[in-house]
Amino acid sequence: MNTGQWLGLVTGILFGFLLQKGRVLRFEKQIGAMLFKDMTILKFMLSSILVGMAGILLLSNFDIITLSHKPMNLGAILIGGGLFGAGWAIMGFCPGTSLGALGEGRWHAVFAIAGMVAGAALYAELYPFFKSTVLAWKDFGKIGLQDALGVSLWVIIPVFWAGTISLFFWFEKKGL
Amino acid sequence: MKWKTEDGGWNPYIAGALLGILAILSVLATTKFMSKTSYLGASTTFVRAAGILEQTIAEDHVASNEYYTKTKVLVDWQFMLVIGIVLGAFISSIMDKSFRLEAVPPIWKERFGTSIGKRAIGAIAGGIIAMVGARLADGCPSGHGLSGMMQLSTSSFVALVMFFGVGVLVARIVYGRRVS
Repeated sequence: MNTGQWLGLVTGILFGFLLQKGRVLRFEKQIGAMLFKDMTILKFMLSSILVGMAGILLLSNFDIITLSHKPMNLGAILIGGGLFGAGWAIMGFCPGTSLGALGEGRWHAVFAIAGMVAGAALYAELYPFFKSTVLAWKDFGKIGLQDALGVSLWVIIPVFWAGTISLFFWFEKKGL
Repeated sequence: MKWKTEDGGWNPYIAGALLGILAILSVLATTKFMSKTSYLGASTTFVRAAGILEQTIAEDHVASNEYYTKTKVLVDWQFMLVIGIVLGAFISSIMDKSFRLEAVPPIWKERFGTSIGKRAIGAIAGGIIAMVGARLADGCPSGHGLSGMMQLSTSSFVALVMFFGVGVLVARIVYGRRVS
């Protein structure tokens, strides 16, 4: 294995370890969030975003790393995001957590994994169609929120932190 | 604030914050050792896995497919990351004895019963729909939800709203009746 593969493996082991310790891999946690009964996955995700955001945006500000925004291709994000949401609710796993769920013994995740591999193969066949339709509609490019809103990053970050922490207090008050 | 949850897991705020630190270290490490910044993600690996499997039966078809060519069918950093997730979750669940062989998950069982066949059909159908959506949106809850949000990408905010918004609606329809 090359350096990149080794690095990926080690990072993945730590990633899977934290996902399992956070108890976010399970079907009931993912569906529980969608039914507003158990917000564990949101607490976990948003906490990682708050910390990661501060570090990554600082590092990119000093040109130590480069950002890699995914394109704001409106139709693709809306339709693709909607399809993903529907499939996620039925399957009860997302791509990363399906593998972790398998690791903690929830072997029915193999069905979800098989479905997703089939879905990827289907997408490869449908790609020319999407390319000439949905993907060609309106692409705003690889933009950050600061470009879309016309507000400085250093204003957005504290507002995002404050909003998210208020949400955390609300979760705890409601016992979610 | 408790350090541990009732089921023996870590406080989700703390586990999540640690993942944030891992994401920062990972971005630094990929920049240093692979000379290109890479962000945590998972769904592209499913395309590569599909390509590798298809190559065994129809090599020419994979070679001539535009999307496989664009994505590059190979075992890369992210592919090994995804394999690492299985190992990491296994190690963690063995260490705290939360490893359980489960055929049908609890909420599903309440709504659709104990049939493994039904669960398989649901998971496969859901998986196909979700992955077509993830590839169209160019990311999943890892690539958009974590990495994109950390960079404050516009597309990731919209994608995450769609993931959860439609997820909430469909979850109500699918599991809503018996789970209340």
